[in-house]
Amino acid sequence: MTNATLSLHEKDQSKMPLEYTTEEGDLRIFGFWIFLAAELVLFGTLFGTYLVLQSHTAGGPTAKDLFEIGPVMAETIILLMSSFTCGLSTIELRRHNKKGLIGWMSVTILLGLVFIGLEANEFYTYAVHEGAPLSRSAFLSGFFVLLGTHGAHVSLGIVWIIGILLQLGKRGITPVTARKAFMAGLYWHFLDVVWIFIFTAVYLTGLVI
Amino acid sequence: MIDSIKSFMGWFFVTGDPMIYGADASIALASIGIVAVLTYFKKWKWLWEEWLTSVDHKKIGIMYIIAALLMLFRGGVDALMMRTQLTLPNMHFLDAEHYNQVFTTHGTIMIIFVAMPFIFGLMNIAVPLQIGARDVAYPFLNALSFWLFFVGAMLFNLSFVIGGSPDAGWSSYAPYAGAEMNPGVGQNYYLLGVQISGIGSLATGINFLVTILKMRAPGMTLFKMPMFTWSILITSVIVVFAFPAFTVALALMTIDRLFGAHFFTIAAGGSPMLWANLFWFWGHPEVYIVLLPVFGIFSEVIATFAHKTLFGYAVMVWSMVAISLLSFITWLHHFFTMGNTAPVNAFFSISTMLIAIPTGVKIFNWLFTLNKGRIQFTTPMLWALAFIPNFTIGGVTGVMLAMAPADYQYHNSYFLVAHFHSTLIAGTVFGIFCGLHYWWPKMFGYLLDETKGKWSFWIFMISFNICFMPMYFLGLMGMTRRMYTYPAGLGWTPINVVMTIGAFGMGAGFILMAYNIIWSAMHGKKDATGDPWNGRTLEWATASPAAEYNFARIPHVSERDPFIAAKEGRKSGNAASVQRYAPIHMPNNTGIPVIMALLMFVAGFGCVFEWYWMAIPGAIGVIACMIARSFVYNDHYYISVEEIKRTESATGRLS
Repeated sequence: MTNATLSLHEKDQSKMPLEYTTEEGDLRIFGFWIFLAAELVLFGTLFGTYLVLQSHTAGGPTAKDLFEIGPVMAETIILLMSSFTCGLSTIELRRHNKKGLIGWMSVTILLGLVFIGLEANEFYTYAVHEGAPLSRSAFLSGFFVLLGTHGAHVSLGIVWIIGILLQLGKRGITPVTARKAFMAGLYWHFLDVVWIFIFTAVYLTGLVI
Repeated sequence: MIDSIKSFMGWFFVTGDPMIYGADASIALASIGIVAVLTYFKKWKWLWEEWLTSVDHKKIGIMYIIAALLMLFRGGVDALMMRTQLTLPNMHFLDAEHYNQVFTTHGTIMIIFVAMPFIFGLMNIAVPLQIGARDVAYPFLNALSFWLFFVGAMLFNLSFVIGGSPDAGWSSYAPYAGAEMNPGVGQNYYLLGVQISGIGSLATGINFLVTILKMRAPGMTLFKMPMFTWSILITSVIVVFAFPAFTVALALMTIDRLFGAHFFTIAAGGSPMLWANLFWFWGHPEVYIVLLPVFGIFSEVIATFAHKTLFGYAVMVWSMVAISLLSFITWLHHFFTMGNTAPVNAFFSISTMLIAIPTGVKIFNWLFTLNKGRIQFTTPMLWALAFIPNFTIGGVTGVMLAMAPADYQYHNSYFLVAHFHSTLIAGTVFGIFCGLHYWWPKMFGYLLDETKGKWSFWIFMISFNICFMPMYFLGLMGMTRRMYTYPAGLGWTPINVVMTIGAFGMGAGFILMAYNIIWSAMHGKKDATGDPWNGRTLEWATASPAAEYNFARIPHVSERDPFIAAKEGRKSGNAASVQRYAPIHMPNNTGIPVIMALLMFVAGFGCVFEWYWMAIPGAIGVIACMIARSFVYNDHYYISVEEIKRTESATGRLS
C-alpha cells in the first residue's frame, strides 16, 4: 500500500497539527486550497480586465489624477500588519492557547475593519468629491470592481471570523474549531497577497505611468 | 390605481402571443397538478425528508437528471420551433424577435441546464461508487450545488412568461447585450440565472476534485481508477480554472447593465471585445467540460460490452490531460474574423488543430478496445458505437473550421452550426443517453426496456443525421446562422425541409425514450444482482439501488477493473470478508441548501427587475444561511451494525 492511500487513522496523529487530525479536517483544508485556486483565477480575471481598461479613461480622471500615496500606504501597512497578527494567531493555535488565539484574531479583524473604513473613505472621496464614480469611465469601472471585490472579500472574512471567534469562545480549541480558525487564516493571508498585487498593479503603476 | 396595476401586469407578464398564453396555462395547470397530487397522496413530508433535504449523492444525482430531462424537453421544443420557422422560405410562424429569443434560450438551456447537470447527475451517481467511497467529500455542498443549479434554471426559464426572454444569443456578445441596445429584463435573466447555477457548478468541481483525490478505496492508485472517474477528475480541474472567469464576466456585464459601468459598452472607453475574450476563455473549456465526461462514459461502456479491458489505459488518461491543457489556449478561434492580427490567428489555429491529436488517439483506442472483443449490442453500447463515427465527423469539420483563412468562409454559417451539433449531440447527447441507460439499473433497481431503447436509439440517431448532415452543405451554400427567415429561390428550401423532418424525428426518438422510462418504471426487468451488465468496476459490486452507505465494508483494490478481478476469483475488489462490520458515519439531511438556494432565487429575481428592496434582503438571507450552517455542529449520525446487517441481508449480501 502506498503512502497516498494510507488512511488517516494509520498515520501518526500525535505529530500532526490538531486541524489535520480528523479525516474531515484534512478533506476540508485541502478543498479550501482548491477554492483559493479558483479565487486566484477570479482575481486574475479582474486584474486582466483592469489592466486592459487602465488607459481607457474617456477624458475623465486618470489614475495619476486620483491616487495619493498617503492613504494607500496606510491601507497597505494596516492590512500587512493584520496578516502578521493573523500569523501570530495561528502560532497560538498550534500552542493550543485559546486566549492568545482569540486575542490575535480579534486584533486581526479590528485591523481589517480599519482597512475597510479607509478604503470606503477612499471610494467615497473619488466617487463624490473628485467626480470619478464607477460609471465615469471604463478605467474607473475596472478600478472599483477589482478593489470592491477585494474589499467585499475582506468584509465577508470579518463576518466569518466573528462567527469563528464565537464558536472558539464557546467550544474551545477542538479539531473542528481549530480547522475553522486555520482556514480563516489561509483566507486572510490570501487576501493580503491579492492586496500586494493591487498595490503594485493598480496604485504604483498608476502613480508612475 | 387599476390602470397602473393593469399597465404593471402588461409589462410584468409577457403578453400578446397566443403561444405564450398557451404556455402560461400549461405551466399553471402543471403546477396545480403537482401540488394537488402531492397533497392528495400526502407526499409533502416525504418529498421534503427524502429528497429536498437529502445530501445523498445518489438522490442528488437523480434530481439532477430529472431536472436535466425536463430542461432537455424545453430546449428541444425551442429547437423544433426554430426548425418549423425555417422549413420554408418567408414563414411567419415566429417573428424576428421571438426567433432571437428562441435560439438564445435553446443554446443557453442545452449547454448550461441540460448538458452540465445531466453530466453532474451521472457523476454524482457513479463516481463515489466507482472509487469505493461512501459519499462525496462535501455532501452539504453537493446539495447546495444542485439547488443553486435548479433555482438558476428556474429563474432563467421564468423569463419566458414574466418580463421577456433574453435575445442576445447564448454567447450574449457585447455591445448588443448591453443596456443601451438591449433594455428590459431579458438579458438580466440570462446573467443572473446562469450566474447562480455557475456558482453551483464551481462548487461541484471543487467537490469532485477533492472526492476523487482524497476518498478512493485503499489500493486504488490514480492509475487504477476507472476511466469515467479519471474523466471527471480532469473535468473538475477544468471547472475550477474556467468557471471563475465566467463568474467575473457575468458579474461585469451585470454591473454594466444595473449600475452603469463601462466594461463592455462602446461609450466611455468600454471594450466589447473584452466580453468575447472572457466569455470564450470560459466557453471553450466548457466544451470539454461537457465532452470529457462522456469520453469517460463511452470508455466504460465500450470496455464492458466488448468484454475486454480498455485498450491503452495510460494513453487515454494522458490524452485527456492534453485536451484539458489545450482547451485553455484555443478560445480565440471563436472569433478569428474579429480583427486579430495574423500571428495571433495562426497561434490559435494551430492550438485548435492540436486538439485533434489526443482526441484522435482516443478514437483509435476505442476502436482497438472493440477489436477482437465479444461485442454485445445493448442499448448503451449502441449509443457508444454510434458515437465513434458521428463524433469523428464533428471533429474533422472542427479541424476545417480551425484553419483561420478558411474560417472566413465558414464563419457563422450553418456549417459551423452543423459542426458543433455533430460534436455536442453525437458526443454529449449520445453520451448522456448512453450513461442513462447504462447506470439506470444502479439508480432505480430495474432496467430500461431494451427493445424500446433500441428503437429510440435508431430513430434518434438516423434523424440526427437527416437533420445535421445536410446542414453542412446548407452552410457551404451560404445560409448563415441566426437568420429568422430567408427568401425563396436560393436553393436552400429542399435542404431546410429535410432538416426539419430530421429534427422532428429526433423529437420522436426522445418521446419514445420518455415512454420507455415510464413503461419500464411499471414493467421493467428487476435487477436483483446489482450487476446486470457483467460490469467491471466497483459500482456494480453494490446492490441496485445501492444502500444509503454504498459499501457495508470499504473494498480493497489491487488492480484495474477490480470487480471483474473479484468475479474471476482474484482478491481485488473483495471487501476483505474477515473484516467485521463497523458503525458507519453518515451526514445528516439538512434543509439549509434548499432554503439558501431559494433565497438566492429571491435575490436574483430582485436583481433582474432591479428591485433592490427584494434583492438585498435575499442576499442577506443567503449570508444568514451560511452563518447558520457554520454554527451547526450536530451534522452527522451513525448507522448501527444491526441496521447494516438488516440492509445487507435484504439484498442477500450479508457475509
